[in-house]
Amino acid sequence: MCGIAGLHLKNPALYPELGHLLTPIVEALTSRGPDSAGVALYDDSAPTGQLRFSLRADSPSYDWSAFAAAVAGHTGSVTTAVANFNVGLVSSAASETAMIDAIDAVDPSIVVVGVGESMTIFKDVGFPKDICDRYGIPRAGGYQAVGHTRMATESAVTMEHSHPFNPVPDLTLVHNGSFSNHATIRRALMDSGIKFDTDNDTEVGARYIGQRLGKGDDLAEAMRRVVKDFDGFFTLLVATKTEFAVVRDSFACKPLVVAETDDYVAVASEYQALADLPGINAARVFEPMPEDVHSWTR
Amino acid sequence: MDALTQTVLNCRELGVTGVNRALRQLPDGSSVLIAEPRGAHNIGVGMMGKWDITVDGNAGYYLGGLCDGPNFTVNGSVGWGVGENLMSGLIRVIGNASESAGASAHGGLLVITGDASLRCGISLKGGDIAVAGGVGHMTAFLAQAGNILVGGDAGDSLGDSLYEAVIYVGGKVKSLGSDAKISEMTATDVAKVKELAAAAGFDHIDAENVTKVSSAKTLYNFDALKNQRY
Amino acid sequence: MDTQAGVPERLEPERQSATFPLEVIHRIQTMSQTGRYEIRGWGAKRRVPNFDDLTFVTASVSRYPLEGYRERCDTKTVLGSRFASKPLELDIPITIAGMSFGSLSAHAKDALGRAATIVGTSTTTGDGRMTKEERAASKHLVYQCLPSRYGFNPHDVQQADAIEVVVGQGAKPGGGGMLLGQKVSERVAGMRTLPVGVDQRSASRHPDWTGPDDLTIKIAELREATNWEKPIYVKFGATRVANDVKLAIAAGADVVVIDGMQGGTGATQEVFIEHAGIPTLPAVRLAAEAIREVGKTGEVQLIVSGGIRSGSDVAKALALGADAVSIGVASLIALGCNASHYFKDGEEHDATADYLALGTSPGHCNRCETGRCPVGVTTQDPILTERLDPEISKQWVVNYLKALTMELTTLARACGKSSVHNLEPEDLVALTIEAAAMAKVPLAGTSWIPGHSF
Repeated sequence: MCGIAGLHLKNPALYPELGHLLTPIVEALTSRGPDSAGVALYDDSAPTGQLRFSLRADSPSYDWSAFAAAVAGHTGSVTTAVANFNVGLVSSAASETAMIDAIDAVDPSIVVVGVGESMTIFKDVGFPKDICDRYGIPRAGGYQAVGHTRMATESAVTMEHSHPFNPVPDLTLVHNGSFSNHATIRRALMDSGIKFDTDNDTEVGARYIGQRLGKGDDLAEAMRRVVKDFDGFFTLLVATKTEFAVVRDSFACKPLVVAETDDYVAVASEYQALADLPGINAARVFEPMPEDVHSWTR
Repeated sequence: MDALTQTVLNCRELGVTGVNRALRQLPDGSSVLIAEPRGAHNIGVGMMGKWDITVDGNAGYYLGGLCDGPNFTVNGSVGWGVGENLMSGLIRVIGNASESAGASAHGGLLVITGDASLRCGISLKGGDIAVAGGVGHMTAFLAQAGNILVGGDAGDSLGDSLYEAVIYVGGKVKSLGSDAKISEMTATDVAKVKELAAAAGFDHIDAENVTKVSSAKTLYNFDALKNQRY
Repeated sequence: MDTQAGVPERLEPERQSATFPLEVIHRIQTMSQTGRYEIRGWGAKRRVPNFDDLTFVTASVSRYPLEGYRERCDTKTVLGSRFASKPLELDIPITIAGMSFGSLSAHAKDALGRAATIVGTSTTTGDGRMTKEERAASKHLVYQCLPSRYGFNPHDVQQADAIEVVVGQGAKPGGGGMLLGQKVSERVAGMRTLPVGVDQRSASRHPDWTGPDDLTIKIAELREATNWEKPIYVKFGATRVANDVKLAIAAGADVVVIDGMQGGTGATQEVFIEHAGIPTLPAVRLAAEAIREVGKTGEVQLIVSGGIRSGSDVAKALALGADAVSIGVASLIALGCNASHYFKDGEEHDATADYLALGTSPGHCNRCETGRCPVGVTTQDPILTERLDPEISKQWVVNYLKALTMELTTLARACGKSSVHNLEPEDLVALTIEAAAMAKVPLAGTSWIPGHSF
């Protein structure tokens, strides 16, 4: 169904190289996921207290400055925008709700792909290499990244169905495998007021974790609960502003390889995707055991 | 070509298909070095030639799968299904093996000098596997024939649904699978362990003190009234 | 009316409960006595919407027929053109489905192989090794790679004409193979690396891959092992057809094989056979649409199986988008399955008593799992095997395949087609609402496809 790629940089000297190191990993997983790809990047560039909205327009020539000005008109907060092909990264100190309302009011055709202080997301239908090239991923900097290549299983191939999912600000999740009881869990989450964008099984996992974090679980605990409550075969990579974690279900039929050095932690569905990382030959390479959550904190 | 001349095939340059096509051209008795494998899948699959192949680095899935002829030495770790359906020959991995190592092997010997992962020897059909380190959950699941020697510890559900294959564990067994039982080592077992360890080049296993796991044979015929665990 | 004292008068004749008919009462009684579920052969026996619920709108004033017998109606079929350098070139779009030696007798496999060769089509191995006889008998032999990998042999891979990766089958999608101890004879046990007489427990998942992303690597392995020469098929039971077809194609399949719930087996649990999988009728159309949605029509071929019986079934399957069909149970019936008599040493013998001994009768039998097939088709018993004369049965299968092909071309010509592969969904209408919805063709006399148009 999919390929998972992730990079958590321990050594700040590598921050400018985040995208340069990540892109070959994502591209090497194209055969596992030729339909769509997505990357979530985490960096420290946003001023404190500002949320960044990864927004998507149909056209690469969309006027994001005009858009930002109009949004500011609604929220009363200074709003800046940086354009990246058809994605606009719009920042503001306004609240998430105010911004979502304003965005919808200014232009309902704009899609909110992700929200976060540290996180931006680029995801789309198409060949992973094309998506990385289009959004300049090889040149991006930051401290960690979560990436994914998708071969759709049960739901459609659309941008919204691509991973990473971002259920609450700064939380991203990518998934390889297939949950078998997600419909029931989705209904339970909907009954507790959570809204869904798609019928995708991964979105259920993402929103479940989002709800658990909201209830005070730390990420590792939330992921352990996923292992208990979700049925099926799954490997998950989840990140927040400060954490980066992986877990596999109890059968562990979906692969995951972790390579750790003093400078970075890299994860991928296949070792061959990591083969060109600097220092890979001296890295500690291992496969997480079923149900064991491995997490790294910034 | 004599054994002193080694053919070098560079996987980065030739690609896996190129490497495999070049292998098929080689006469029996050839010695080959496959350079820069970089985790590629399907290196040396479906080969019948009598060659000595060294893979200089990590390989991906199915290294040496579907083979009946070559011997392999891997200077690195391997992905899923190393030596899957092996019919004969020696595959020696100087590193770790990922899941399903030696899956459905009918013959030959697979040696892992590090650890093997989940489902090692799944569906084994007569081949032998020797792992110097530990093995993961569900090792020897549905293993029908052959021997698995484990120098270290074995994970959960060892030997689930075992038929006639036998597992010898030097370290601890976390738990047994359905229809697997621990039984007494006989003199024949001890001799077999010594032979396997020698063939694998292991000198760290005390043959007198391994745990023997074999089938309890209670699942050989369906009978719901016997409270069989399925 | 005379009644016994105290017993109320009966006002109605005896009638069965629709919820607890005799059949169900008997089954519950058997389960309470044995503590076991029923295991049997064949496929789903209950009536489900099938090809009988469709009919062709053949030539009339607006469409012109081809002359039967005189004008060419092409049946040549190529399978596996996507990546393989040596695709299968068959003379007819009807192949013999995977059935194991073990499940079938040696004589049955021999007859099928030689019949297929005469008619110019392929046979398929089953769970448990390619036999020498089978390879010798069949000009085109498809080699199955199953979850169990019983007897799977790299040399057989090299000798095969195509490899079929079996994810599942229509009788038991999600279940593994089953062969009860009575059929695990010495020869079968030797081929499958099992102790003689044990009940075979087969895996339902492959040992070295799970999921289409890892199937991609497995298909690549088989391609590498065969130097990119042989087509790789992927076969599964019809459940979530659209998704499965697209994933199999993404994983690299040259040919996709879908087996509907009517598809047969040598032995599996009755609950699996009747209550898992969808009928062949919707499966064909779903699969063809899925192939089209990913833009691979013509590049990836579709084979459909599960209750194909007549040339009209073949024609309808092709019209709905299949490139070929596979027959299983039907070919066994052609061999002699469920016949009341068998031929031995040139004489006809009555087998009815042996059917009765199995608790059944000719025309009702599905007791393949016992290994006591009264006519030598699905047995390993050497005496019973002799009841199937390979020469006679071979000829019966040849006759049947030729007759099927004639029925197919008759209908195709009547639709104005010079090739059976030009049949299309618009040549069909449905006789019931369910069939209209499942096959996505209009209900006869209307332009209504439930859910689509009025």
